[in-house]
Amino acid sequence: MATGRVEQAVRESYGRLVAILSSRDRDIGTAEDALADAIVAALEQWPEQGIPERPEAWLLAVARRRLVDRSRRAATDAALSRSLALLTEFVGEVDLAAPRFPDERLKLLFVCAHPAIDPTVHAALMLQSVLGLSAARIAAAFVVSPDAMGRRLTRAKVKIRDAGIGFELPDPRELAGRLGPVLDAIYTAYGSGWDGLADDSQRHDLTTEAIWLARTLNELMPAQPEALGLLALMLHLEARKAARRAPDGAYVPLSEQDTGLWSPALLAEAEATLRRAATFRKAGRYQLEAAIQSAHVGRRLTGQPDRATIAALYDGLFHHAPGLGVAVGRAAAKAEADGAEAGLRLLAAIDAERVADYQPYWAVRAELLARSEVADGQGDAILAYDRAIALAEDPAVRRHLAERRARLLS
Amino acid sequence: MQYALLFYETDTSFAAWDHNPESDAYWGAWKVYVEDMLASGIVRGGEGLLGPQTATTLRVRGGQNEVQDGPFADTKEQLGGFFVIEVDDIDTALAWAAKAPCAPYGGVEIRPTLPQM
Repeated sequence: MATGRVEQAVRESYGRLVAILSSRDRDIGTAEDALADAIVAALEQWPEQGIPERPEAWLLAVARRRLVDRSRRAATDAALSRSLALLTEFVGEVDLAAPRFPDERLKLLFVCAHPAIDPTVHAALMLQSVLGLSAARIAAAFVVSPDAMGRRLTRAKVKIRDAGIGFELPDPRELAGRLGPVLDAIYTAYGSGWDGLADDSQRHDLTTEAIWLARTLNELMPAQPEALGLLALMLHLEARKAARRAPDGAYVPLSEQDTGLWSPALLAEAEATLRRAATFRKAGRYQLEAAIQSAHVGRRLTGQPDRATIAALYDGLFHHAPGLGVAVGRAAAKAEADGAEAGLRLLAAIDAERVADYQPYWAVRAELLARSEVADGQGDAILAYDRAIALAEDPAVRRHLAERRARLLS
Repeated sequence: MQYALLFYETDTSFAAWDHNPESDAYWGAWKVYVEDMLASGIVRGGEGLLGPQTATTLRVRGGQNEVQDGPFADTKEQLGGFFVIEVDDIDTALAWAAKAPCAPYGGVEIRPTLPQM
């Protein structure tokens, strides 16, 4: 029997089992170790004996035995001692014969993005504990060393255990505040590895994994407009992935992308998801970002994006999430709708200190100055291109900007 | 689980400990908070501390006692008191911390206590 089938069975259940195994002691690290032992046992036994009728129950039973063995051993270590009586009770908690186990992954997602946990590790924690990705794989996507990523994850799991972060769903009054960091972490996972690497073959992005997390979240929490908005946004971005690069690896800006390369299936799902979000009539950051992507897609049918709508959506987005990236995107959208000068006025309103090293600001400013009629616009555009090129990490983006700059000089 | 709630005060709030027009409001807020906490039955211990101007810090270095006037770390916020409480999880501890009078201007550090040896 192929290892692939075992792996798939494991991947489907991984997060569910970690959530069940860690919920009593809040000990994700130990739960993962016990599950890893069970997976090793499965890889040894299943190929000979066949996949059990209920692989998940099999894995859970073996992992639990390991957990009990481990805490018996740990019980000799006074500082780590936990009551064996509690464990016996715990082992009885989930009925192995039940047709389906309770799905505790939602609680696990909220634990991973708890405000008491360093926000920079939220995404990595989810990818590991819910999807079972290795620290090395996650480290590659976030461009840090595997050792450093391993240490961060271990530290976060120890904090979850020792600080007593409960495996409970947030109180309804706190839900809105607690859902935000969960969504942000999933979007961070999506964004990892997108930029900064020249060669697509070297990309270790986790876009598929992030979309999987968002789908899981929406399955478990079906009436959250912002969770739907996030899924719609990522599906839109994913739909255009193949068009973001020319065959030679060159960066292709959205306005010049070949719409024939956009995925119709993903676009349709993105649009349907966004429509569902809109039925709740409660706008938010991710829905607005998805709506902006949706408006760009209109070009596929009309040849022209709906510029006024995009600019208006950016105004709304800026109201919900007045970050630097949104402020710059809003200026670019305004310029498309009302001319370069209108965009430059919005750029001028951004605090100069905050944009000194912010590459997109200089790229947009250069582009708008080049198009504008303002005095010294061309000279200032060259300076802005120089700065944008110096700040760009992606060689394909650097080449693209250098070509734009050269066009001004010719 | 047991948590210590460590309450951090500022110069201004420590100043309210002496009798002055603000002190009634200051102590009134703490009195309500402490009474609520005691009534809920979660308190396992706790004290208020006199201000950092009364603090003395000792370090033994090279076998010698080095005694210094002042608190351990010279920071803007200083420890003003603590409670040890018994609650289910950190969210409950955080909810109590959020009600502390010093939370809006100072802060509260939440630390699990070491399990019994």
